[in-house]
Amino acid sequence: MSLAYRTGRSLRRTLVQAVPTILGIVILCFLLLQLMPGDVADVLAGESGAATEETLAAIRSRAGLDDPILLQLGRYLWRVAQLDLGYSTRFGTPVSQLILERLPNTLVLMLAALGLALGLGIIAGSVMAIHAGRWPDRVLQVVVLFFYSTPGFWIGLMAIVLFSVKLGWLPSGGSMTIGIAPTGLDFLRDRLPYLVLPALAMASFFIAVYARLTRATMLEVLQQDYIRTAVAKGLSPLVIRMRHALRNALIPVTTVAGMHLGNLLGGAVVVETVFSWPGMGRLALEAVTGRDFNVLLGVLLLSSMLVILTNAAVDLLQAWIDPRTDLS
Amino acid sequence: MGIIHDAGQNAAIGLPVTRRLALLGASARALAPYGLRAESRRGGTLTIALSSEPTALVSATTVVTPALSVSGKVTEGLLRYDFDLNPQPELATEWNVSPDGLRYVFRLRPGVKWHDGKDFTAADVAFSLLLLKQVHPRGRSTFANLTEVLTPDPLTAEVRLSRPAPYLIKALAGAEAPILPKHIYEGTDAASNPNNAAPIGTGPFIFKEWVRGSHVIYARNPNYWDAPKPYLDQLIIRFIPDAAARSAAFETGQVDLGYRTPVGLADVERLRHHPDLRFETKGNSYSFNVTKLEFNLDNEYFRHLKVRQAVAHAIDREFIARVAFFGNAVPCASPIAPGLREFHDPTPSPYPFDLAKAEKLLDEAGFRRGANRTRFRVPLDFNPVLDEARRLSDILRATLGRIGIAVDIRAQDTGSFVKRVYTDRDFAFTTNGLSNLFDPTVGVQRTYWSKNFIRGVPFSNCTHYANPEVDRVLEAAAVENDPARRVELFREFQRIVAAEVPDINIASPVFLTIYNKRVHDHSLTANGIEANLADAYVDA
Repeated sequence: MSLAYRTGRSLRRTLVQAVPTILGIVILCFLLLQLMPGDVADVLAGESGAATEETLAAIRSRAGLDDPILLQLGRYLWRVAQLDLGYSTRFGTPVSQLILERLPNTLVLMLAALGLALGLGIIAGSVMAIHAGRWPDRVLQVVVLFFYSTPGFWIGLMAIVLFSVKLGWLPSGGSMTIGIAPTGLDFLRDRLPYLVLPALAMASFFIAVYARLTRATMLEVLQQDYIRTAVAKGLSPLVIRMRHALRNALIPVTTVAGMHLGNLLGGAVVVETVFSWPGMGRLALEAVTGRDFNVLLGVLLLSSMLVILTNAAVDLLQAWIDPRTDLS
Repeated sequence: MGIIHDAGQNAAIGLPVTRRLALLGASARALAPYGLRAESRRGGTLTIALSSEPTALVSATTVVTPALSVSGKVTEGLLRYDFDLNPQPELATEWNVSPDGLRYVFRLRPGVKWHDGKDFTAADVAFSLLLLKQVHPRGRSTFANLTEVLTPDPLTAEVRLSRPAPYLIKALAGAEAPILPKHIYEGTDAASNPNNAAPIGTGPFIFKEWVRGSHVIYARNPNYWDAPKPYLDQLIIRFIPDAAARSAAFETGQVDLGYRTPVGLADVERLRHHPDLRFETKGNSYSFNVTKLEFNLDNEYFRHLKVRQAVAHAIDREFIARVAFFGNAVPCASPIAPGLREFHDPTPSPYPFDLAKAEKLLDEAGFRRGANRTRFRVPLDFNPVLDEARRLSDILRATLGRIGIAVDIRAQDTGSFVKRVYTDRDFAFTTNGLSNLFDPTVGVQRTYWSKNFIRGVPFSNCTHYANPEVDRVLEAAAVENDPARRVELFREFQRIVAAEVPDINIASPVFLTIYNKRVHDHSLTANGIEANLADAYVDA
């Protein structure tokens, strides 16, 4: 079977499985949200410190909250089927607009964090495995343990205190310099400093996970017969470690990283709040506290699609790293 | 050609360019103080931090705090107010109230244009006031007596009332009663009008962009009616939800200005030592708050007057102001904040801090100490919007524990809190805050007036207090034209509720405006940062 054929089949299967999964997620979330006390009108009035019966009723009827729950659910599903995520009751704007404005920010942060975690984690893990038991291993173990056991938002806050407040090297929050519109290289030069600390805070835990995982699998792989064969063949140690040991050690790492993408979306809530990063995590949190359910359902829907897509991508990646992987 | 020539001259004289310009500036300033001062103030960007994102940029159909913060920059009001709430001209240049308090005539500022070029006229004023009566969250009470607005000519608006509304003249600030463009709102649903997210107004700043979750940018209005204002080129409003991140943003100079104590109270002392940061308390007089403990009078314990009096005897206001507010509060036993000077009754609570007295009252009420020396156990819910409410609740739990009342503190988010207290009424007592606004009829009456016991409406009468005498006094004060008589009525009201303790008023927070020392003239009116900021300028 050709790779293209296998890829096509794999994607088709993902698509078929995705529809019921997404439908289940939407219905479950919708029903769970009904259990939350208070609604969008309560929150708006609570934050305003003022309301009248008439203004509350107007908000509720605009949001369709005075209809029976099943009717609301049916209406929502019908709209989603037409790719319409509805309106945000809180902001009075289309949900799709709110999400699309934030999606790029979240993707940039997630990919930067995942890239950072994978890069640093795999490097640290390989160094530890190669020097297992000696001092580079010991030192890195301590660092990794620190990252593993410290919450990312705390690392983020401490990084703000050190790098922004004390040293003044990096901005303390936001995603760009507001009020200027740079292009080309200047654009990157403006955005990168804002990305460093939040990406690091989000990646810290995963750096530790990948480092430990890479170290363990690499130590195992280095015991394998084919490594001894490679040594006997007279290959250079570098080639053995990179081509034979690391490549094989990466398979569990990619599997785990694929699953972590969902976790990263979850962790984004905290990091985005600490760094005032205008992403989807904060949007979701604010939708929960604001009882802006259309927005929350939209975010959950999109996140579940994102997780399904990345899992499909990881499947393909694995097939590429290890051609023996059965995609069917 | 000319530029090259000038540069050559400078080089010949041998003085650094900046120095020479500075000398020139100094001499010119002496000759023409006003013009050049305005010139030197022009330019620059001011960045304001808000703790949450507005739901709309016009405070017509919503009055969530961040909407009030931004609305006035674009959408102005008829009047503005000095620190003591005396009206000053904004879109109205003159105003006249008839002796019976039923007719208000406003002369409007000529030559004012909306940002889209259309003329601002009395028709806009008439349309806006009548619309606000329908859609503004406070409109149905503030403008309850408004019957019609006549427009005899394009620059005169005559407001007719069915009954006097002595507070109305203070309700016309831009953030509270925004004057909207009729040609944009007419015939539409005001709450979903796109203008709410991309406003057109008469104000000193023109809306430029709103990046959700991040910021709003306003640009200078070059055709503003009060030239040469505004001085700023650009106004940036940033939303920074995390309190620690806001502190860091002030410390790093990423934001210049924030109001209503924009950082955690615990951080204030540290920031006071920052060389670039300054603190201001003025400009917060359009809305004073009182933090209070509200009883559910339907509760099996708190319906007894003696139990409430006992709790009142356990309140040490000085200590609470010092600890729960880190000193940023004034002890206040009245529901009317000390800031509303003419109405506030400074008489201390008839129930001074006295735990022995409290214990005696509880014994008399029949709640003796039982197992574990506890008299009874009640839950305490705190309003999560208030920074101090959690600490206040902790203090109350400790003190009430000493007189045998076991308190369980319940934490919840805003939606849950509002539903529990105002809809389900599933609470015993709650630490809450009440915004007095600009007048007790608008801000205070709502929680004591028995006719405002409305389930499901936040900040209504949640104690379920009902005293016909209080109702009569409040209703009389709401339509009393004689200021002295009105003050007398509110004094009487304060005496009654202080004795009957349907709630215990504790302290009025002192709100701090924190700003970078490069920012000037930001807090010149009663609602300083919520006003239009036309006078604000920054050092280059």
